[in-house]
Amino acid sequence: MVSFLDFEKPIAELEAKVKELRAMPGAAGASIDDELARLEGKTDLLLRQTYARLTPWQKTLVARHQNRPRFGDYVAQLVTDFVPLSGDRAFADDQAILGGMGRLKGRPVMIIGHEKGNDTASRIRHNFGMAKPEGYRKAMRLMALADRFQLPVITLIDTPGAYPGVDAEARGQSEAIARSTETCLRLGVPLVAVIVGEGGSGGAVALAAGNRVMMLEHAVYSVISPEGCASILWQTAEKAQDAAAALKLTAQDLIKLGVIDQVIPEPMGGAQRDPKAAIASVGYAVSSALDELAGQGAAALRAGRRQKFLDIGRLPLTA
Amino acid sequence: MANWLNDVVRPKIRAALRRETPDHLWKKCPACGQMVFHRELADNLHVCTHCGHHMRIGPEARFDLLLEPGYTLVDPPEVQADPLKFRDERRYTDRLKSARTKTGQSDAVAVAYGTMDGLGVVIAVQNFAFMGGSMGLAAGEALVNAATKAVDHGVPLIAVTAAGGARMQEGILSLMQMPRTTVAVEMLRDAGLPYIVVLTDPTTGGVTASFAMLGDIQIAEPGALIGFAGPRVIEQTIRERLPEGFQRAEYLLAHGMIDAVVPRKAMKATLVRMISLLTNRRATPAALAAPGPAAANGSTPPAR
Ligand SMILES: [Zn+2]
Repeated sequence: MVSFLDFEKPIAELEAKVKELRAMPGAAGASIDDELARLEGKTDLLLRQTYARLTPWQKTLVARHQNRPRFGDYVAQLVTDFVPLSGDRAFADDQAILGGMGRLKGRPVMIIGHEKGNDTASRIRHNFGMAKPEGYRKAMRLMALADRFQLPVITLIDTPGAYPGVDAEARGQSEAIARSTETCLRLGVPLVAVIVGEGGSGGAVALAAGNRVMMLEHAVYSVISPEGCASILWQTAEKAQDAAAALKLTAQDLIKLGVIDQVIPEPMGGAQRDPKAAIASVGYAVSSALDELAGQGAAALRAGRRQKFLDIGRLPLTA
Repeated sequence: MANWLNDVVRPKIRAALRRETPDHLWKKCPACGQMVFHRELADNLHVCTHCGHHMRIGPEARFDLLLEPGYTLVDPPEVQADPLKFRDERRYTDRLKSARTKTGQSDAVAVAYGTMDGLGVVIAVQNFAFMGGSMGLAAGEALVNAATKAVDHGVPLIAVTAAGGARMQEGILSLMQMPRTTVAVEMLRDAGLPYIVVLTDPTTGGVTASFAMLGDIQIAEPGALIGFAGPRVIEQTIRERLPEGFQRAEYLLAHGMIDAVVPRKAMKATLVRMISLLTNRRATPAALAAPGPAAANGSTPPAR
C-alpha cells in the first residue's frame, strides 16, 4: 500500500471512494460499474494532471517518497548471480552504501549504491542512506576491483547527503568523498550513474562522476537541500518551496543545464506507484548506455569522462 | 553609526586604500581579543603577536608571502554570469557586485604564476572574503586554468584553500565544481607534477570534499578549521557539544588526515623544500637554510 503525499490528497480521496464502492456487498450491476468507471477515469486524469506539472518542491517530496524502490529492489529485479561484497578493509562495513557484482542482462557488472531502507528498522540500519567515510572507501574498493577485471560500474544514487557527524569527520569524511570522486574519474571501465531518488550534494557526487549520468523523471540532484538553502539565504526553512525552484534541481532543469545526459521516465504517478516498472526502465536505460560505451578503451573512457565534466557550464545554457 | 561605519565606510576605505592602510589603525584579534597595531600585524604576516592566531588573509597578501616580486597574475576566466538567474532576497548579480567591491577581485579564486626561491610554481588562492570562498563557474574555471597553466609550464601547483560552503546561487553548477576541480588535480597527476594543498581557516564543505583533500602533500595553518560538515550542522545532527579542538588543523594532524601543521612564517621555506625534493631541483641555498617543517612542528598551537 503506497502512502500519499499531502498534495496527492484529492487523488487519495478518489481512490478511497473507488475502493469503497468495490468493497460494497453485492458490488455488481450496471449502475455501480458505470460509477466505478467514471471515478477511475477521474482518478487517472487527476493523477496525470498532477504529475505532469509537479513543482520542484513537490518533486523533492516525490524523490524522497518512502515507497520508492531502493538499491536492494533494483538488484533483486535487475541483477542475476548477484554476489554482495562488503567492507572497506580498514574500519567497517557501512550499510548506507551497498555493492556487489552480478549480471545485468547477462553482462558481468559491478553495482554500487546508496541504500535508504524501507521500514523504520532498516532505515536506521542503513542510516537513511547517509554514508560515512567507510562507505565511500568501500565504493572505491569495489570500483578498483571492477577496473582490474574490466567490469563496467553502475551506481545508483539516493542520499540526503553524506553523514555529518563527529565520527565521520574524525575518519576523514571529506577525504573519502574526494577520493571516491577521483576514483570515478580515473576508471578505465564504463561508469553509468543513475540518480534514482535524492542526489544530495557531495555525498551524491562521490558516486556520480560517470561517463553517463541519468536521472529518474522525478528525482532531484542539488548542491544543498531546499530547506538548508532556504534557512541560509531566506533565513527560514519555510521558504523551501522558493529555494527548490531557485536551485533548479529537477531532472528537467538539469538536462537543460547539460549536467545530466538522460531523463528516465517513471510510471504514471511516480516510481513509488509501480516500482517494478520504474526499475525495469532504469535497467533498460543503463543497459543501453553500457552497450554504447562497450567499444571504448580505457584511455578513451577516462578522457571522455573528464572532458564531459570540464564542459559542464562552459556550453551555452538555456535554462 | 557603528554599523554604518562597519558595513559601508570601512569596506570602501579598504577597497580604496588597500595598499596603504594607515599605520595608526589597530585590529582586534578574534581569538584572544587583544588589540594589535596594523603595522605590527602586517610585519608579523597577520599572525596575532599576542596569541599566535593566524588571521585570514586574501590572495594578494598570500602571493606576496610566497612568491618572489614580479609574479604574474593569471587573468580571471570568462564564464557565464548568473547561469540560473538566481534570486533570493537579493539578486545574485547584486551579491556578486558587492563581493567585487569589497574584495577588489572578480571571484573567489585568484591565480598567480611566479617563482619561490627560484622554483617556478602556479598558486591558486581561495579568498574567504569573496562570498565565503564559495565555488561557482568562475572559481572552478580559475582552478582548472591554474592546473592547465602548471602543466603547460611543467611546474607544481599549490592550492591555498579557504571556503565556508557552496555557491548556492549557482545550484548544481556549484556542485559540479567538485568533479571539475578533481579533473584539474588529475591533470597534475598525469603530468607527474606535484600538487600541494595549504589548508587555511576555514576550509569546509564541497571544497574539502574535492581538490582541497587531494594534495600529494597536505599542509594546514595552525588552528585552521577544516572539515566536511560545519560544526553547527554537526551539533544539530548529534545534539551534543563538540569535543575541544574538533576539526582544527591539529585535530586533523592527530587523526592522520594531513601531513603537517605549518605556521605562516615557515610556510614558504617548507613549500620550497618539499617542491625541491619532489622535483629534485635545487632552490637558492638561502631558502634551504631557513626554518622548515621540523621547526614548525615544535611550535605550540594557538589557544582558541
Ligand atoms: Zn590573539
